[in-house]
Amino acid sequence: MSSIYRIRGVRDLPREELFAPGHGLCAGCTAGTVIRHLLKISGRNTIVVNATNCVEVSTTMYPYTSWRVPWIHVAFENAAAVASGIETALRVMARKGLIDPNKRINIVVLAGDGGTYDIGLQALSGMLERGHRVMYVLYDNEAYMNTGIQRSGSTPLHAWTTTTPVGKVLRGKMQPKKPIAEIVAAHRIPYVATANIAYPIDMDQKFLKGLQVEGPSFIHVLQPCPTGWRFDPRYGIEVGRLAVETAMWINWEITMGDFKVTVRVPKRKHVKHYLRIQGRFRDLSEEEIEEIQELINKEVERINRMAGEEVIGPLAE
Amino acid sequence: MSWRELPIGGIILEAGNSVKRKTGDWRVLRPVIDQERCVRCYICWMYCPDGVIEIRDTPYRTKAGRIWNITFEIDYDYCKGCGICAQECPVKAIELVEEVK
Repeated sequence: MSSIYRIRGVRDLPREELFAPGHGLCAGCTAGTVIRHLLKISGRNTIVVNATNCVEVSTTMYPYTSWRVPWIHVAFENAAAVASGIETALRVMARKGLIDPNKRINIVVLAGDGGTYDIGLQALSGMLERGHRVMYVLYDNEAYMNTGIQRSGSTPLHAWTTTTPVGKVLRGKMQPKKPIAEIVAAHRIPYVATANIAYPIDMDQKFLKGLQVEGPSFIHVLQPCPTGWRFDPRYGIEVGRLAVETAMWINWEITMGDFKVTVRVPKRKHVKHYLRIQGRFRDLSEEEIEEIQELINKEVERINRMAGEEVIGPLAE
Repeated sequence: MSWRELPIGGIILEAGNSVKRKTGDWRVLRPVIDQERCVRCYICWMYCPDGVIEIRDTPYRTKAGRIWNITFEIDYDYCKGCGICAQECPVKAIELVEEVK
């Protein structure tokens, strides 16, 4: 555990950078911001297990690495299994007196949406069921960006990718996004949260909570991708903020079964503000935008019912 | 470097040695902080994907006489010029200027 126990504002974050510059992430890729905040919270006593994803290929181009903490790369499908093994090994070593049993070592899995939604789901489910003390961080850029923008289970409805082109027959991805965080929450683990890069303090508080629980925790972070979502790199944070303001993305957490929305939206914007800023939704007709808006309206209604009060407000502008 | 000199398992022995790769030459637009207008809100530091905005403990005195204890500076060796800092700055103290060589 790092020396910080509570984060109220940006000044509580340590200045130390455990993620070195010089990595090969695209200019404006907000995954860099996610990792910087993650390592600021977890501190030096951390082992990072990195499934194959953009971060893995771009931060460790042999013979260079951007990580100042122990780091291991494993395949798409077994990141959660490897993290379970590391956690068990540390527990056994502590029992045998090989390492200090009072030293808390954080084990963090960093995986992308392809490695979690599609390929790594069974390993993740096993890890959650066995109850290993691992924090699983899913940074979600809504497609396989690393291999060239192919659709994944996370890609939203009507989004363009190279395998779901927008034309006369196919109108982008035809299926809505899979609610992975709720699938994980159905495992009844101590802590599940969704976070967004545009609200970093909220995200950091969730990382801290996830590291403090005894048992598995899961943090789902939306990470706008300038290359795959087709927007100017400078709008990375702006896109994330619009996702929350239009209720396309809702920041919530489930602590020991208690559902709570952490970022309330008193008045939400129309989803077209979020869609029009991105090139991947460029070819959508008005009807298709309304179709997405309908999906959001239903989702907001469901979330408000779960929260028991109106946490996401009515549609305005 | 041949395979004989590589460490076993291809592990990297020096943590964070990507600092040897200067990614600053990717940049097309250079962000410049106007120290007079900067209100030291930490927002650019918080959002920077590359962690290239450094907090220096050098005091700065503005023309209006206000003294700040810290100064934010950009490490141009690594800044890729994405412009997130300029976009998110609440007082528009960061300007993007074209790189000319």
